[in-house]
Amino acid sequence: MARTSPWVRRTLRVVVVAYLVLLVGWPVSLVVRATFADGLTALSGALSDPTVAFSLRLTVAVALQATLLNTVFGVGISLLLVRTDFRGKRLLSALIDLPLSVSPVVVGLAIVLAYGPRGSWFGPWLAEHGVDVVFAPAGIVLATAFVSLPLVVREVVPVLEEIGTDEVQAARSLGASSLQTFWRITLPSIRWALVYGVVLTLARSLGEFGAVKIVSGNLEGRTQTATLLVEQRYHDFDHATAYAVAFLLAAVSVACITLVTYLRPAHGADR
Amino acid sequence: MSIEVRHVTKRFGDFVALDDVSVSIPTGQLTALLGPSGGGKSTLLRIIAGLETADTGSVSIEGRDATHEPAQKRNVGFVFQHYAAFKHMSVAKNVAFGLEIRKTPKDEVRERVDELLRLVHLEQFADRKPSQLSGGQRQRMALARALAVRPSVLLLDEPFGALDAQVRKELRDWLRHLHDEVPVTTVFVTHDQEEALEVADEIVVVNEGRIEQVGTPDDLYDAPANPFVMGFLGPVTALGGRLVRPHDVHVFTEPPAGLAATEGRVVRALRVGFEVRLDVAPVHAPDAPPTTVTLTRAESRTLGAEAGSSVWLRPAPNALTLAV
Repeated sequence: MARTSPWVRRTLRVVVVAYLVLLVGWPVSLVVRATFADGLTALSGALSDPTVAFSLRLTVAVALQATLLNTVFGVGISLLLVRTDFRGKRLLSALIDLPLSVSPVVVGLAIVLAYGPRGSWFGPWLAEHGVDVVFAPAGIVLATAFVSLPLVVREVVPVLEEIGTDEVQAARSLGASSLQTFWRITLPSIRWALVYGVVLTLARSLGEFGAVKIVSGNLEGRTQTATLLVEQRYHDFDHATAYAVAFLLAAVSVACITLVTYLRPAHGADR
Repeated sequence: MSIEVRHVTKRFGDFVALDDVSVSIPTGQLTALLGPSGGGKSTLLRIIAGLETADTGSVSIEGRDATHEPAQKRNVGFVFQHYAAFKHMSVAKNVAFGLEIRKTPKDEVRERVDELLRLVHLEQFADRKPSQLSGGQRQRMALARALAVRPSVLLLDEPFGALDAQVRKELRDWLRHLHDEVPVTTVFVTHDQEEALEVADEIVVVNEGRIEQVGTPDDLYDAPANPFVMGFLGPVTALGGRLVRPHDVHVFTEPPAGLAATEGRVVRALRVGFEVRLDVAPVHAPDAPPTTVTLTRAESRTLGAEAGSSVWLRPAPNALTLAV
């Protein structure tokens, strides 16, 4: 690397740190401050509220289901994109990035249109068979899975492309079936990229707001997730609860990011 | 015959990789598929292995029709140019892979792995990862891994192509000795004629999707079927409208009495190691590419020919020549 003067480097460092602090660090730290302004009363009060407890449980359940869906389908889609050739493959690849570029609100609306109980394709049929999608947890899982779809795929695809198919062919020539090859060779070779993608998906799923707001109908104690609860309590001037729940969400996100940061160097050395 | 390939054709889009190729690979021998890059030899090897499927034709291995069998079922060992080591497993686990797939009991696996690691001299590396091995060691591990399941056929795709020259030579000799110890039918692909001539019992020359000639190294070198084989197996030069080996050209500093000889002028004299190469431009065709003559240093000193001097050339009696 070309030698930059120490002054330039120091200035850059200060600018970057200042940017991160002003944009992220300081506002988030204020949330923490506000949560603990009265000691632990805000937290304990929030947690003892059954509606709050429900919303937290719902958020976790939705996040886990969405993450599971996206892990399974994410790996499948990655293998499809890297190891097979078919017409429209590039279009499929572009479509996978769609959830990142489309506003979550649009996603929510689209799901209501597609799966709502009236005037949609599947909705009436599903409603007849007792499956509620819109204004029910199933719809929330769908919306959450949609917005976090690309995260696993975008992590796993580059790794699959880099390792190529030599090892897979070697395994097949040694007598391994497709499943054995996938389990013993492919999966271990993408494990760190996959873990990274899963953690990102989980963090994203915990924090989804816009799509969930539209799909869920925001019904307290039925379809209200933690993020929706924060918004509602804030507008109802129950700031203490809002901050407390926001703090919990932030804490989990920070834990996720920290975990992932410690996984990354391992990922680098492991190859 | 261990492997029978009959009328195999393979196309990649418009490109014809193999054109109606038929060949029989003898049992228990070391056979080389030799040819220039892009000639089809790797494709042929992979079709035998089941890693590619032929468009037409059949492949049988040990009398069994394997044409529609996947690689998984063919019991062939395959060694790749870039090792294809399982990076996340230790060397011992790599070698044990095929055995573990076949649900071999653990103590049998351990015994066989130890036996093979001893065979390839990698016993002390059993618990290392492939990334901690050199290229040559990785390839030896790949060989042990392929041999672990006692395949009926061992296939190697330019196995030493990714290694540097010194290691390549060592492993070449080592492969020959290994084959003498463990006489599995072995087929290896190479574009290096020296390698094929040194190691193989039989050579199949493949060029542009077709087989040019099949024979022992001596057959191919001394009795090539066509100019391509002659030119690929060893150095050639043109003299008087015929192809001849540069070391088969006799040089005279005066017209030899009673013998037909081509007069020429030495354009360049180059000393390469123990050889001396003379480029001689024939006087009757000074614009034609010069004839190359190879002499030993001693011969060259006796001759005393240098750049600019006139010489007379004729092919040695009984030397191999082919019409251009």
